[in-house]
Amino acid sequence: MRFISRRDALRLIPGLTALVWSGTIERSQATPAEATTEIGRFTGGRTADPGKIALDLPEIAENGNSVTLAFDIDHPMTPERHVTEVLVVADSNPSPRVATFRFTPMSGRAAAATRIRLAGTQVVSVLAKTSDGKLFVAQRQVKVTVGGCGG
Amino acid sequence: MAEKPRIRLPKQAGKGEVVEIKTLIAHVMESGQRKDPSGKIVPRKIIKRFACAFNGKPVFECELEPAIAANPYLQFSVKVEESGVFAFTWTDDDGAVITAEEKITVA
Repeated sequence: MRFISRRDALRLIPGLTALVWSGTIERSQATPAEATTEIGRFTGGRTADPGKIALDLPEIAENGNSVTLAFDIDHPMTPERHVTEVLVVADSNPSPRVATFRFTPMSGRAAAATRIRLAGTQVVSVLAKTSDGKLFVAQRQVKVTVGGCGG
Repeated sequence: MAEKPRIRLPKQAGKGEVVEIKTLIAHVMESGQRKDPSGKIVPRKIIKRFACAFNGKPVFECELEPAIAANPYLQFSVKVEESGVFAFTWTDDDGAVITAEEKITVA
């Protein structure tokens, strides 16, 4: 499953983050292509703004079989302006999609938590879409001591 | 599968209050990526969708992938304006649907 060495991966993170932030969805060596494709499909190639999603993920996960992920998005939840969809992508899992959350104005708050599997040390991205056409992104690298995909 | 899902939410809330709901359901969430000792791939079997509705109106939905840990846990919020019933549904890969309901009183 490893496309690049961990050292390379670490070195590439700032660039990768910049790539996603700048909305460049071209295939890059930094991210496994599938994850980039998933993100591109979600954003439609548009720029996602950082800073609005509070992402809670451990820096180091001892067990990749169950890693708690929580997010809270700073955006109104009114019928006119609300967060509609949130995508979670893990770039080095066998399949990059982790979950898709759909919110409504009745949600009151665009926040959720779950437990995810991570096959190894990798970058987890959370992307959000709003009814008024905004895109937000947050990313975090999680070091995984024991992988969670039976490998 | 036979086990009842666990749901935690307040029994009462103020009008317009945002309440937090926590759900947990027992399920293997077999990813379809694992091999058994004989080297055969264990077929995928996961809960692929979770939905929550309040008084019949959809509030929150989640599409789950094999990267969700076994016994899927989900926490989310709902703004309640009136008393009513929450309906929760979990949909399995094999089409089975598990449902649960919880009441809330809004003062």
